[in-house]
Amino acid sequence: MRAAVITFPGSNCDRDMAVAIERISGKAPLRVWHGDASLPDGLDFIALPGGFSYGDYLRCGSMAANSPIMRAITDAAGKGVPVLGVCNGFQVLTESGLLPGALMRNAGQTFICRTVKLKVENSQSLFTSRYEAGQVIDIPVAHHDGNYFADAETLDRLEGDGRVAFRYDENCNGSQRDIAGILNAGGNVLGMMPHPERAVDAAHGGTDGVALFESVFESLSVA
Amino acid sequence: MKVRIHVSLKPGVLDPQGRAVHHSLEGLGFTGVEDVRIGRLIELDVADSTTDEALDEMCRKLLANMVIENYSIEKLPETAGAA
Repeated sequence: MRAAVITFPGSNCDRDMAVAIERISGKAPLRVWHGDASLPDGLDFIALPGGFSYGDYLRCGSMAANSPIMRAITDAAGKGVPVLGVCNGFQVLTESGLLPGALMRNAGQTFICRTVKLKVENSQSLFTSRYEAGQVIDIPVAHHDGNYFADAETLDRLEGDGRVAFRYDENCNGSQRDIAGILNAGGNVLGMMPHPERAVDAAHGGTDGVALFESVFESLSVA
Repeated sequence: MKVRIHVSLKPGVLDPQGRAVHHSLEGLGFTGVEDVRIGRLIELDVADSTTDEALDEMCRKLLANMVIENYSIEKLPETAGAA
């Protein structure tokens, strides 16, 4: 298994993501800098971490979405390589057009940093096969701009196609239809505001994020 | 050439920031404020040869997020006597 964690200037969850991947897959991921024009060969999994890439200038994720490495990531995603974007990574994925919609300022205007309950909406995806549909899991959120917005037609399509991976059990940020995480049409790109990489160690308050990584790595070993 | 790009939230997109400011204006005693929407003003200084199409593309590709925002482009007249 060859994984890579992308670091943008201002990423601050890249190390957590790398630790989670190494702990669960047994192999340390490669670290890739945003200014690189190409990805390492033969990648099986790409993770875009949380943080404040480019200081959230213009709009969260908008500058990172236009950085050199994103062209290579868009190509890889088009070829079916699993891509996970967490928090700022999710914002980068919507800004780059790999996922529909946008993430706006939280409806309550405040930064939210706490563990929330998420409902697993689709347990058939590459990223969620180790969960059960309807299962409620505890995953931390830490964001100021996690209010998911898309027009009604897009939301209907996401729901109709089973592309809502996770919903907030209790909406914490104003997201349309309680959406916390969505998949692309191909099912190989997942963006989510909550941080599964922060829920992989009992000493840190919970391990409900482990199954997400196990789902991806299992799908890779079967493939 | 100086150009101003006005970026605003599309109608129907909730603007929590605008709503908070609306509340504050009311709290200060200003009456008759019907609505507040907050946007962004971006000033560009571009080569005179820059086409309208290029400006439009800049807005669509980066300056505005077409999912939630509209934009308008205002070209400023050259000020007399400017160096």
